[in-house]
Amino acid sequence: MTKIELTVDGAKVADDVEPRMLLVQYLREKLGKTGTVIGCDTSNCGACTVHLNGRSVKSCNVLAVQADGAEVVTIEGLAEGGQLHQVQESFRECHGLQCGFCTPGMIMQSVDLLAENPHPTEQEVREGLEGNLCRCTGYHNIVKSVLHAAGGAQ
Amino acid sequence: MTATQDAPAAEIGQARRRKEDQRLITGRTRWTDNLNLPGMLHLAMVRSPFAHATITSIDTAAAKEATNVVAVLTGADFGEEMGVCINAWPISPDQKTPGHPPMPSDRVTFAGEIVAVVVARSAAEARDAAELVDVEYDDLPAALDLKEAAEDTVLAHPDLGTNKSAVWVFDSGEAGTGGDVEEAIAQAREDGIVIEREYRQQRLIPAFMEPRSVVVDPTGEQLTMWSATQIPHILRFALAATTGVPESKIRVIAPDVGGGFGGKLQTTPEEWIVWAVARRLGKPAKYTETRSESLVSGHHGRDQWQRLTLSATKDGTVTGLKVDLLADLGAYISLVGGGVPVLGAFMFNSIYKFPAYHWRVQTVLTNKTWTDAYRGAGRPEATYAIERLMDELAAEVGVDPLEIREKNWIKHEEFPFTTVAGLTYDSGNYEAATARAKEMFGYDALRAEQAERRANGDKVQLGLGISTFTEMCGLAPSRVLGSLDYGAGGWESATVRMTPLGKVEVITGASAHGQGHETAFSQIVADRLGVPFEDVEVLHGDTQVSPRGLDTYGSRSLVVGGEALVRAADKVIEKAKPLAAHLLEASADDLEFGGGRFTVKGTDQGIGIGELATATFTGHNYPEGMELGLDSDATFDPENFNYPHGTHLCAMEVDTETGAVTMRSYVCCDDIGNIINPMIVEGQVHGGLVQGIAQALWEDAVYDDSGTLVSGSFVDYLLPTAADTISFQVDHTTSPCTSNTLGTKGVGEAGTIASTPAVINAIVDALRPMGINDITMPATPERVWKAINSSKGAAQ
Repeated sequence: MTKIELTVDGAKVADDVEPRMLLVQYLREKLGKTGTVIGCDTSNCGACTVHLNGRSVKSCNVLAVQADGAEVVTIEGLAEGGQLHQVQESFRECHGLQCGFCTPGMIMQSVDLLAENPHPTEQEVREGLEGNLCRCTGYHNIVKSVLHAAGGAQ
Repeated sequence: MTATQDAPAAEIGQARRRKEDQRLITGRTRWTDNLNLPGMLHLAMVRSPFAHATITSIDTAAAKEATNVVAVLTGADFGEEMGVCINAWPISPDQKTPGHPPMPSDRVTFAGEIVAVVVARSAAEARDAAELVDVEYDDLPAALDLKEAAEDTVLAHPDLGTNKSAVWVFDSGEAGTGGDVEEAIAQAREDGIVIEREYRQQRLIPAFMEPRSVVVDPTGEQLTMWSATQIPHILRFALAATTGVPESKIRVIAPDVGGGFGGKLQTTPEEWIVWAVARRLGKPAKYTETRSESLVSGHHGRDQWQRLTLSATKDGTVTGLKVDLLADLGAYISLVGGGVPVLGAFMFNSIYKFPAYHWRVQTVLTNKTWTDAYRGAGRPEATYAIERLMDELAAEVGVDPLEIREKNWIKHEEFPFTTVAGLTYDSGNYEAATARAKEMFGYDALRAEQAERRANGDKVQLGLGISTFTEMCGLAPSRVLGSLDYGAGGWESATVRMTPLGKVEVITGASAHGQGHETAFSQIVADRLGVPFEDVEVLHGDTQVSPRGLDTYGSRSLVVGGEALVRAADKVIEKAKPLAAHLLEASADDLEFGGGRFTVKGTDQGIGIGELATATFTGHNYPEGMELGLDSDATFDPENFNYPHGTHLCAMEVDTETGAVTMRSYVCCDDIGNIINPMIVEGQVHGGLVQGIAQALWEDAVYDDSGTLVSGSFVDYLLPTAADTISFQVDHTTSPCTSNTLGTKGVGEAGTIASTPAVINAIVDALRPMGINDITMPATPERVWKAINSSKGAAQ
């Protein structure tokens, strides 16, 4: 067991974890942060995407011990003071989700994409979300949601 | 009693933002895998790496010794206690149906089949210990290729003596719905056109994003199962029917469910195993599959060979259609697996006026993962075949493919129209949808560009693909299902409850997993009862809350379940009327209902439905003889299927040097009758389109010669990404359905059914001048390149 201390969604947490434990398992099983989900076992789907020190990562691709000392934000910590993040609002406004399983990862990736490129073209959005799979929407309204959040074309 | 309340604007037709979304965008979702109950045990499955083998021994000693392992159990440990997996739709009385134990103890029949289960205090420990279970197998020859399996050279289940499970035939001559197809073909061979083709419907994997998960809590008086399923009601029925536990002792909950597409329309070995383990050990138990397990053990879809013969006169008027199918069932016949191809039997003739039609399927057992419904289920296969054939006929006659379709389709003034397959299409307007689609697409300009590129010999050629599809959905009239030997009905039930404070609880037997029932159903009830959208709460997916239901599949929730809701809401109004008359001191005959209020005609005297609900709660003042309460149930059994249709147009660019294909534009105009929520409808169409496009271009469940699923992870099974796809132009025309009062038709499957042939037709259209008239799906660059080069070779 290895002792880790980190900040998750603004709260300081500390735990003893197995060195092999993935960050996503730590979030779900130890912290009960079940808003972050697991969609595959090959790092293809991106459903588990969270922010680690301000950048998006697939939390199935990070060991919990690697997050020691880090600041992690999950979908559950994105809204501040009861106010939804603009990207969350846009996904609802533009029907960017159906079953909602890919949505936490899709939103976290979109926030990161817009932080890096606040006014992306449609093609840049599509390429920026390439690591996140959705089976319901055909991506049409997800792309629209991100462009809407950027204040661009509807 | 005269308090006025603004009547809400009509909800139906509005793009209401979804009620579901708040929890989904903030991560406050209830997925089955989120559940954590006191003392809960975790399961890991030991799966066969062999497609077909005898189990000679299972050594569980080392696994049992592992830390925090509670039990290691095999099929032999359970015997009949576990129950069996069922086939609810035997398509013929003499269908060969292999027995399906959830965990066989003697023989495995596909790679991925479960042979042992490890139970531990954590999922990680269970998985670790599963590695320690030592299973010895004697490898047996496996029946893998569908055509070879149909020859019975190797048997998937030697005890059955054959792989040929069942035959189902429809013949228009025998049914009295049309002429003799052999005569039509013979005539066409003399003086007309005969198109003969063979098409492959490759095997696909539904690949819902939420892996399946099951939790069973055996404590207390009732057994509770949470499952990531589309069918909590059918699941409860099947558990009771096969394990002997009465339905009243079983509660099944489908909490938030992350997609299904037919893939969660199943009763699974995993559910039966978790159930048996929890009961045996007396503790809550959970199993969540990995994605790789999901791809190999959740049912697959499609997988047919189609032999097709179309006859026509010289001018392109169709005279007959003969369909001969081989359908791969996989190793077992799943819940409705054998019936999936039969759903296509009524659809190969599609929107065209064939005078003669013959349809036959041979279902075949193989040593591969079982197959069952995947979005469209039988109808995408049918639509692909007929829409490809219509393009081939157009090429033969030498006219535009849209012209050959229009020549043969049912004209809008001919509805209702009884087809050669015996269905009565109640409404539609193919001319209108096609005109709108052509306009959006810029059809004539694209044809001109195509001609120019051909004339110039451009490296990148342009192809235009058409699909004027229809489908039958809204499953289903119960009597029709009975005539097809399906094991259940097709009705749906609903309850509308008025709470003491005047809010509305709506209970539906449909079970949503992404479709937005909570929103659309709220809109329907808000309109009917004249209450605010926000005051309606839709409850579903729990057999204790909604005891009667037949769940969600086959584009049925709105057209069947929604209609049940309308009827339940109308009963609430009917029940409230005498009470309103009593409290208003008026005759019931003088009352009218609108905007949520009963009013005395010609006066401003009135009372709201919410106030009446409160009055039935207090019971202080009500008419003599009235039964207190407004809550009402209704069941709706449709009299007909409904028949969405549409015209889909796709432009593909094909690089003739590399074989790479690129989608340039995709336009569709669907007619799905009246629309409750256009935003949700468009979302359904977009998602459906991409699943159908993915069959045309990327997805393929590939097995190697040993029966291993090669595309067994998301690395190899190519789900499209945002970067692979484009934005679509979607519109609709409206021919209201006449078999439900809302006038709605199903939309869940339309995009998937329509889009696959549109894409392939476009690619073939680009290459037809090179002498190419088919590309096997998925149309990979390699396949396209090879087709181009072999045609070049043939030309030299």
